[in-house]
Amino acid sequence: MIITRALVKRYGPVTAVRSVDLDVREGDRYGLLGPNGSGKTTLVRMLLGLVYATSGEIEVLGRRIPRHAREVLPQIGALIEEPAAYPHLSGRANLTLLDAAGPGDRAARRTRRQRVDEALEQVGLAGVGRRPVKAYSLGMRQRLGLAAALIRRPRLLILDEPGNGLDPRGIRDLRELLAGLNDAGVTVFLSSHLLAEVEQLCTRVGVLDEGRLVLQDDLAVLRAPTGRVVLDTPDADQVAALLDGQVERRDGQQLLVRYSDVAALNARLVGAGLRVSSIAPQQRTLEEIVLAVTGAGSDQIS
Amino acid sequence: MIKVELVKLLRRPRTWISVALTCALPFMVAVFITVTHLVPPPGQGSAFLSAVLQDGALYPAAALALVLPVFLPVAVAVVAGDSIAGEAATGTLRYLLVRPVGRTRLLVAKLISVVVYVLLVVLAVTFTAYATGVFLLGPSEAAAVGQAPGGAVPGGAAAPGLAGQAPTAGQAAGGAVTSLSGAPLSLLQLTERTAGAIAFITVSMLGVAAIALFLSTITDSALGSALGALAALVASEVLVTLNAATVVQPYLPTRYWLAWIDFFRQPVFWRDIQRGFGIQAVYVVVFLAAAWANFSTKDITA
Repeated sequence: MIITRALVKRYGPVTAVRSVDLDVREGDRYGLLGPNGSGKTTLVRMLLGLVYATSGEIEVLGRRIPRHAREVLPQIGALIEEPAAYPHLSGRANLTLLDAAGPGDRAARRTRRQRVDEALEQVGLAGVGRRPVKAYSLGMRQRLGLAAALIRRPRLLILDEPGNGLDPRGIRDLRELLAGLNDAGVTVFLSSHLLAEVEQLCTRVGVLDEGRLVLQDDLAVLRAPTGRVVLDTPDADQVAALLDGQVERRDGQQLLVRYSDVAALNARLVGAGLRVSSIAPQQRTLEEIVLAVTGAGSDQIS
Repeated sequence: MIKVELVKLLRRPRTWISVALTCALPFMVAVFITVTHLVPPPGQGSAFLSAVLQDGALYPAAALALVLPVFLPVAVAVVAGDSIAGEAATGTLRYLLVRPVGRTRLLVAKLISVVVYVLLVVLAVTFTAYATGVFLLGPSEAAAVGQAPGGAVPGGAAAPGLAGQAPTAGQAAGGAVTSLSGAPLSLLQLTERTAGAIAFITVSMLGVAAIALFLSTITDSALGSALGALAALVASEVLVTLNAATVVQPYLPTRYWLAWIDFFRQPVFWRDIQRGFGIQAVYVVVFLAAAWANFSTKDITA
């Protein structure tokens, strides 16, 4: 769906993107992570033909960008940094104008009103009426931006920080919307620094750091059990004695045990008459995974 | 795309406010003249103003002469300077481009929208000034004598483009309006010449518009590009009156701005009018090409 090879972007002396090999497959829910200033937005803009690469290749939906952007872009819905709209017009008028600005045959014109209504419905703005966008809240603007990405019924969504400005309910609505679209066959590529959001939605992640793609893998692989078990027990001393040599760390009632089969361990402890409050395979959180491979980001000057 | 640009232009409050303000200046002047009956002596002050007391039907020409040096170029520079930079500043530019709207297409649509805007302002000034002239300053005595009573009837009189009236007013009836050269102009001739002047003034503004449009692709500040274009105009106005700059004068954008007055000579004095059209065409071609070269290769980071 999206392939980049050795993609580089330099702004004068600053190299924003360094030799990135992105690989987003059809049907993915891909989360691009990275600290502020790591090059996420520049990368997204290059994928959409807004910023021209210094070197390297980009292929989106099987066509080269920016050369074939004209054929590819109508099949993509995009949210690039903040949403934007003409403030004195209503949300519906904005969507209608935006849709009319692009290429479109008679069928596209005929279905315009319906597609606009549908997009507003999808993002929860169906009843917003004729209020001008300047009277919208931040969250409503974000929803309108999402609606703008949906009016062409895209095959691929490229969303830069889609959760910005949304309250917890808005974030959940967004997650459900994107999951639903993905189930219906839309590939979702989003960038974010909200790890929890990505962890709950995405199936595949890439991590950018100082313009380099330092990690790209399926979330399931990254979060595969580590071969250790985290367990809570009021009988910590006895457990430690029983599993001598396999306990890696002990912190009050919590033990980290090297043991591959959680169920077998549980059975063994219970068999020995030891109480277990909770037991689970150890998994690295996305936060740990990301922090392990990234630097401080551009916000922090040291 | 062009339709979308026109909708944006016409639904923007700024458009109508600037049209109203531009029409208000000649109206104000007419009120003062009506009350005081003081006009500049022939050959001094704004063109045609000395003649309007004798003939209210000449007031559109006087009104155009009033708004041409400052109001019109300022309005045009603001609208053209805002065209790309304003979209960049609100963030709508990136959404238009990924819709996708071709960059060249967008530039052309913007220029056409500026032309429509200029026509709108000029026509509004002409029509309101005609109404003002006829009602406030009164129709010319010759017209009152030589014409059918319809001449001063509000409905008919407010529309100088009403060609149906012209044949009855006729060449022979003549004397409706006196040209600058002293020879009489029929209503048909006056209408034709006013149309010619409107066309010339509109074209005269295209040079400024092209400069502002070019600057608009360089900066994301609408104010910066508008002021830049105005600075170019002021420089041109200074050089036009400077004897030492005679060499460059034929190439200055404002050099032939006043040539539209030649439409009201009998016979029309074509030389400067043709040169005016020519020089504006050169400015439009050069600056539009520069705008295109810059915009089509530019990284859109706004």
